[in-house]
Amino acid sequence: MLSYAVRRLAWLIPTLLIVIGISFFMMRLAPGSPFATEENMPEIIRQNLEAAYHLNEPLWVQFLIYLGNLAQGDFGPSFQYTDYTVTELIWLGFPASLQVGGLAIGIAALIGIAVGMHAALNQNSWSDHLVMAVTMTGIAVPNFVLAPLAILIIGVYWGLLPAGGWGGGAWTHKVLPIATLAMTQIAYIARLTRGSVIETLRSNYIRTARAKGLPARLVMVRHTLRGALLPVISYLGPAIAGIITGTVVIEEIFGIPGIGRYFVQGALNRDYTLVMGVVIFYAVIIMALNLLVDVLYAVLDPKVRLS
Amino acid sequence: MTEANREAVSDAGLHPDLIRAAEERRPRGRSLWQDALRRLGRNHAAMASLVMLVVITFLCFAGPHLLTDHPLDRVYWDRVAKGPDFERGHWFGTDGNGRDLFVRTLYGGQISLMVGLAATLVSLVIGVLYGATAGYFGGRIDNVLMRIVDILYAVPFIFFVILLFVFFDRNLLMVFVAIGAVVWLDMARIVRGQAIALRGKEFIEAARSLGLSGGAILVRHIIPNLLSPVVVFVTLTVPQVILFESFLSFIGLGVQEPMTSWGVLISEGARRMQQAWWMLAFPAAFLAVTLFCFNYLGDGLRDALDPKDR
Repeated sequence: MLSYAVRRLAWLIPTLLIVIGISFFMMRLAPGSPFATEENMPEIIRQNLEAAYHLNEPLWVQFLIYLGNLAQGDFGPSFQYTDYTVTELIWLGFPASLQVGGLAIGIAALIGIAVGMHAALNQNSWSDHLVMAVTMTGIAVPNFVLAPLAILIIGVYWGLLPAGGWGGGAWTHKVLPIATLAMTQIAYIARLTRGSVIETLRSNYIRTARAKGLPARLVMVRHTLRGALLPVISYLGPAIAGIITGTVVIEEIFGIPGIGRYFVQGALNRDYTLVMGVVIFYAVIIMALNLLVDVLYAVLDPKVRLS
Repeated sequence: MTEANREAVSDAGLHPDLIRAAEERRPRGRSLWQDALRRLGRNHAAMASLVMLVVITFLCFAGPHLLTDHPLDRVYWDRVAKGPDFERGHWFGTDGNGRDLFVRTLYGGQISLMVGLAATLVSLVIGVLYGATAGYFGGRIDNVLMRIVDILYAVPFIFFVILLFVFFDRNLLMVFVAIGAVVWLDMARIVRGQAIALRGKEFIEAARSLGLSGGAILVRHIIPNLLSPVVVFVTLTVPQVILFESFLSFIGLGVQEPMTSWGVLISEGARRMQQAWWMLAFPAAFLAVTLFCFNYLGDGLRDALDPKDR
């Protein structure tokens, strides 16, 4: 088990290098300079600026400098927010993004699994059909439609919750963003859980467990759940990536000061260092959580452990 | 029944209609696909979705020419952001710049559907060839190819697509290629699994013992036989791609003016929804119904092609 985790950990290094490499070279080869918006800049000042950011060195030297800085946790200065370094901006936005994204995935997993199990245990009943219809709606209505609708109805017409902003992190400001962000994932997880529980209930080892007289609750908790949750756990990797992408939209719509907003703003302003910093930061988070999910999977599934 | 036989029988005085009737009643073998189509035909939700998709596609591509006289970018200065008006033929009202929303929703649908299909096609070609090669040849080739996929899987590609759109010229071709390049990974994994299962089958062995080359077996036997999970996956990928394009357009990075897509329209509508609900409602409804239908159709196809699941 430990060697499996270590091997997976070792694979992170080439992956990370590829992520950094692709984003670095793509961005440097792109047309347009971060100083293109400054009109009538004297030639000498432009040269000094480029020298200050090492933009006049050959590309591979720039890459090595960037790697060296990264190793020390330094993402470089932001080109647009001139008073901040990228590292500062990321840490400024991270708490809000983490709260919204983390709570959304947690809530999505809990509700999704509960709803999916309920539907599976009452297969073809009206509540099962209701769950399937509602979750299909959750998949077909994207969060950038759901969020404006929620703002309009709950925030504006009914006035129950604030329609946007962060309010210094007051919980009332978090309800709508988290709910709209979690909705899609609840739908996916519920459908996945339902299918997986139904399939597991038909398997031979469940019949054996029943035949040897185990109480229904034990069969459910100890045998069915353990087998049925495996696909759900392996879906958590993509779900995390989905939630992170979702926060970009949700933070834009609700005006939450998170990393996603900096990312979009940075992307629109050609803020090289900021955009790269955010991509690499997200890549590390996604890879680390994927690793965690895979190890968890291996712990639960004896087939992986043996091979 | 051969020609000579048929004549002999009709000489015997039997009416040709009788012969035809007898021929029709003769039992025929049904292929996997005929079986699947029959099962799909009995799935009402999937069939309704299929019909709905045909209607939406027809509306989007023929509607702007048949159903309305309003051009895509004509500005009606006296009708800025006005609600549906049947007298003037603004079925869905007008947008914030005074353009007819009905024709814009349909044009947006053209772009969204085209991106969905084209990007899926890109991922299909890459994914099937890559996955089938890895699965069929196995061994070291498989190891190397799938390690590459593993590494790429860990890369948050959505952000790279965003970067692509920000830093290079945005044209439609790039939208296809970039999104297609992201979704082929899943396709490759599914196809590889199927190819491994097929590799051990007797008919592949027979083909090999007949002296067929590896490439020929791949193209003629492996790929045709792994089509059914691929068809299902394609149906479920199209809505994902449409959603992804809408997401990009929504944050302002996708299709650019004067072209439009459902994501662009929804983004404009969301900004003005308090004054002009129709600007959000109609494009959002079109997008949601399309995604619904693709998902139901995909589910139906899976049930139809994989009978062991029921």
